[in-house]
Amino acid sequence: MNAPPAALPGLLPRFARDGVALAALALLALLIAAAVLAPWIAPQNPYDLAQLDLLDGRLPPGALAADGRSVLLGTDDQGRDILSAILYGMRTSLLAGTLSTLGALALGLLLGLGAAWFRGWTEAIIMRAADLQLSFPSILIALVLLALLGQGLDKIIIALIAVQWAYYARTARAAALAEREKDYISAARALGLKPLRIILAHLLPNCLPPMTVVATVQIAAAISLEATLSFLGLGLPITEPSLGLLIANGYAYLLSGKYWISFFPGLALLGLIVCINLVADRLRDLLDPRRMAG
Amino acid sequence: MAVYLLQRLGQALLVLLVMSLLVFAGVYAIGDPMAIMIPPDASQADAARLAASLGLDQPLWRQYLVFLQQAAGGKLGVSFAFQVPAVTLILERLPATLELAIAATLLALLLGIPLGLLAGLRPKSFPGRAIMAGSILGFSLPTFWVGLLLIMLFSVQLGWLPASGRGATLELLGVPVSFLTLDGLQHLLMPALNLALFKLALVTRLVRAGTREALSLDYVRFARAKGLTEARVIGVHVLRNILIPVVTVVGLEFGSLVAFAVVTETIFAWPGMGKLLIDSINVLDRPVIVAYLCVTVLLFVTINLAVDLACAALDPRVRLGGAEQ
Amino acid sequence: MIPPIFGLFALLGALALNAVQAADLRIGMAADITSMDPHAVNITPNNNIGWHVFDALVHVDADARIVPGLAQSWRALDGTTWEFRLRRDVRFHDGSPFTAEDVLFSIERAEKLPNGQYASFVQRLTEKRAVDPYTVRVKTATPYAMVPYDLNSIFIVSKKAAATASPEDFNSGKAMVGTGPFRFTRFARGDRVELAKNPAYWGGAPAWDKVTFRIIPNDPARIAALLSGDVDAIEAIPTQDLARLRGDKRFGLAQKVSWRTLFFHTDQYRDPSPFVTDRAGKPLAKNPLRDANVRLAISKAINRQAIVERVMENAAVPASNLVSPPVFGHLASIKPEAYDPEGAKRLLARAGYAEGFAMTLHAPNNRYVNDDQIAQAVAQMLARVGIATKVETLPINVYLPRARNGDFSFSLLGWGSFSGDLALRALLAAPDAGKGYGAWNWSHYANAALDKLLDQGFATVDEKKREAIAREAAAIALKDQALVPLHHQIAIWAMKSGISYVARTDEYTFAHHMK
Repeated sequence: MNAPPAALPGLLPRFARDGVALAALALLALLIAAAVLAPWIAPQNPYDLAQLDLLDGRLPPGALAADGRSVLLGTDDQGRDILSAILYGMRTSLLAGTLSTLGALALGLLLGLGAAWFRGWTEAIIMRAADLQLSFPSILIALVLLALLGQGLDKIIIALIAVQWAYYARTARAAALAEREKDYISAARALGLKPLRIILAHLLPNCLPPMTVVATVQIAAAISLEATLSFLGLGLPITEPSLGLLIANGYAYLLSGKYWISFFPGLALLGLIVCINLVADRLRDLLDPRRMAG
Repeated sequence: MAVYLLQRLGQALLVLLVMSLLVFAGVYAIGDPMAIMIPPDASQADAARLAASLGLDQPLWRQYLVFLQQAAGGKLGVSFAFQVPAVTLILERLPATLELAIAATLLALLLGIPLGLLAGLRPKSFPGRAIMAGSILGFSLPTFWVGLLLIMLFSVQLGWLPASGRGATLELLGVPVSFLTLDGLQHLLMPALNLALFKLALVTRLVRAGTREALSLDYVRFARAKGLTEARVIGVHVLRNILIPVVTVVGLEFGSLVAFAVVTETIFAWPGMGKLLIDSINVLDRPVIVAYLCVTVLLFVTINLAVDLACAALDPRVRLGGAEQ
Repeated sequence: MIPPIFGLFALLGALALNAVQAADLRIGMAADITSMDPHAVNITPNNNIGWHVFDALVHVDADARIVPGLAQSWRALDGTTWEFRLRRDVRFHDGSPFTAEDVLFSIERAEKLPNGQYASFVQRLTEKRAVDPYTVRVKTATPYAMVPYDLNSIFIVSKKAAATASPEDFNSGKAMVGTGPFRFTRFARGDRVELAKNPAYWGGAPAWDKVTFRIIPNDPARIAALLSGDVDAIEAIPTQDLARLRGDKRFGLAQKVSWRTLFFHTDQYRDPSPFVTDRAGKPLAKNPLRDANVRLAISKAINRQAIVERVMENAAVPASNLVSPPVFGHLASIKPEAYDPEGAKRLLARAGYAEGFAMTLHAPNNRYVNDDQIAQAVAQMLARVGIATKVETLPINVYLPRARNGDFSFSLLGWGSFSGDLALRALLAAPDAGKGYGAWNWSHYANAALDKLLDQGFATVDEKKREAIAREAAAIALKDQALVPLHHQIAIWAMKSGISYVARTDEYTFAHHMK
């Protein structure tokens, strides 16, 4: 490292110097809060079929439902309140995006460090597998995987991990190989410390910073990929729509003027991804020493 | 050099083998293609006959061995749905997909380089900032959503461009292409733009970063100090500095463009091989799925190899084969 | 920079609109056409093209009743022998005359073609011969009334052109020589089929010089193609766009009750059933679906009218039968079960399920019009009478194998049939592979009285008598609540105003019936 990683306490004030990034961060925080609190603030549980009424189907924004309440963003064909569906859908999107990225990060670190530590054919197998993954576009891998696995949030997350881990494995291995030869590792070994302890205590902290920025961008990419897969009909079950599936369901209504079923979820998806990307962009500017220009 | 090429070839073959095995076993696990292929009122005897004629009555490992044997001879099986060799099906649709991907690449370069230059030269100006904001949007907008909005605007509201399909084709060196006819161009424009959007954002950002880096390089500063015209500084010194990374990335990304065409082709009903893949997944047409992936792997291996070789030729510091990081 | 580009676009658009000739017809098709060989892959889109280039001995009219085709008339000489008298002066597209030789060759080819999916329609024919160039006689081993129906599925190809032809020779056009209203021009797989008028067609020359079938399976893309003038007509209108099209003077609609009926199969053969539990999720010792009262309660809990109006946008009619009203064997005396949630609850209580129970409803998500929405709507309604219903929708490729394997308890299926007795044979006759009975009887409903009536009907050559027997058989099954009928789809076409279409029960899209 030719520059020390930016100290966390100083990060926020410097982050805040960019007004757009700050606004994006604030909006992102708001969206995440809304998604997390969805079961308490959403007017309806859109996943509970017994709460839906077919006769409330396709109401335009602001119309009154049969029970007298007003539907702010309209309803879909099953009488599902779009606002509630967006809140719950963002939950799914964020969950799929974050869990898969964390999972891929953990798996990639594990495999990358393992490869660097054990060398030999363990390394060869792991790194060839990583090459294999990186030589294919993510959408293709996820598409084929999901076709094989079937529907469900767990399966989406598995597919999303499968398309992301290789980058982290490569980076972790490269960083670990560089660290491995340094004196403190040899010293730790000479002291008789167990391999796991050495890895956790010494190698891990050195590998993490460069991956954090990438992981942030990857969350956005994973959310977008999940939406695309749902749109293509591979992904989540119809009764628990994510944003991508809501857009896909509303797609059929776009031409008939019932824009809200597809438009608002699309807007929410766009907002989520743009905010994450803006925040990640600013983080990169701050954390990447080569681009310290203010 | 020969050793390097052989090594790469060996790796590619291994990838093909592993992938075909995984997909073969995977598609087998989802379900029985027979159930969807036989007509509803066929008797059990008919079904057994059909299964036998397609080799589906054999155990999986034997089906796979038969597949490998045929693949060695360049035959990747006969499509269940079309009853035509799978390779024929894919090669028939390859030109349409390549045409779309090339058109998208050209659009990304033709729009992305000037925009990136502008943003790189005037990073603080309003256009510079707007271009950067736009590029983030380009990264963020899901392809399928943009495709939808394009159809809404240009086909339904304005009625300027056809909503779907490929236009009239002409034979060029034996390959049917659509960009030579007016009708073909009309059909090509929207899907190409849709597919290009992500790469456009990528190119814009690459060019901007490269431009900013180049401007801080000594020789560019020197050229400016010497009083060379701005056009000459940019046109010769800056552009040269950014073109190599742009060409490399665009080359490497071409494969992903072909893959992402799956989405664009679905929305615009473009008769390419991405749409074929989705359709084949829907009817469990295993030979076509496997063949599609084989053809794609070959395509990627070729592209990656070409890019590696090009980089080696452009930059003497890159040594082939010694790729330890 | 921007305005000139837009101007160019406008110009391109204007040129595109003017390029259309008056006698050209472009039709947007909803499903992929996989092969031109009329004896290879038996799916509706392929047959749809087949009916343009070829004819069969027996045709089907707009109401799904059989009418003369290349055969002018036919009769049963006895229970096992049928004689077909062929139309004279019919010529193939290459000018050669159509004779009995071509019929025998086509039957033979359908039976022998490797991987051909039409063999089941001719396998019962034990003997085929030409009495003279315009008379064909076929025999079956046992009395079989369905011979003319089966031969409706066999397209007649030219022996001269197709003697040694493979499916590829049909795809390339080399062997695509028929007697139909259009000649084959070009097949671009996954994209389009182009046809040209056969001015000498025996049924009268069609109104169009050139017809292009564009393959646009994506619903919004197909409707957008119509709205933007890319095509002149489309089939399978997405219900979401019906209201808009009905209000648009630039377009006209043609519609007719389709032969496709949607219904639920209910597991009637297992205790317990895999996807039925009590409301807490614990397994039930008994399978409630085996109780006809429970099945009737489910039927009463479903508000068919609401599904027809809200989900289907009136592109369906509530069903009481396995086949829709115009189809042979429809039993008009049985009306669709009225929506009666209170009655449903009472029936459930009487059957011992006052607390209700829980189950999973399985449905495909890419096969029938709005299938996944229908599944959710039914689940909503069942939840209201105390049957807590989960929904699982699957792509048809995963769904069918699992359904056939008996994986489901309560599953959606759609069925189109020429006649009520054929539908009963496939869906509700006790499964018997040898007789070809009950191949799709996922419920494993079994009733000896029904099977006996079916045996009797298929051996009855007199159509009137056979229809009476078919109705009797239907009454038995429906009174048992053997399955839960939902609705009959309404097939809808949309075209530019000025074009008209005689809508068909069998959902085929025929360019020669557009004017």
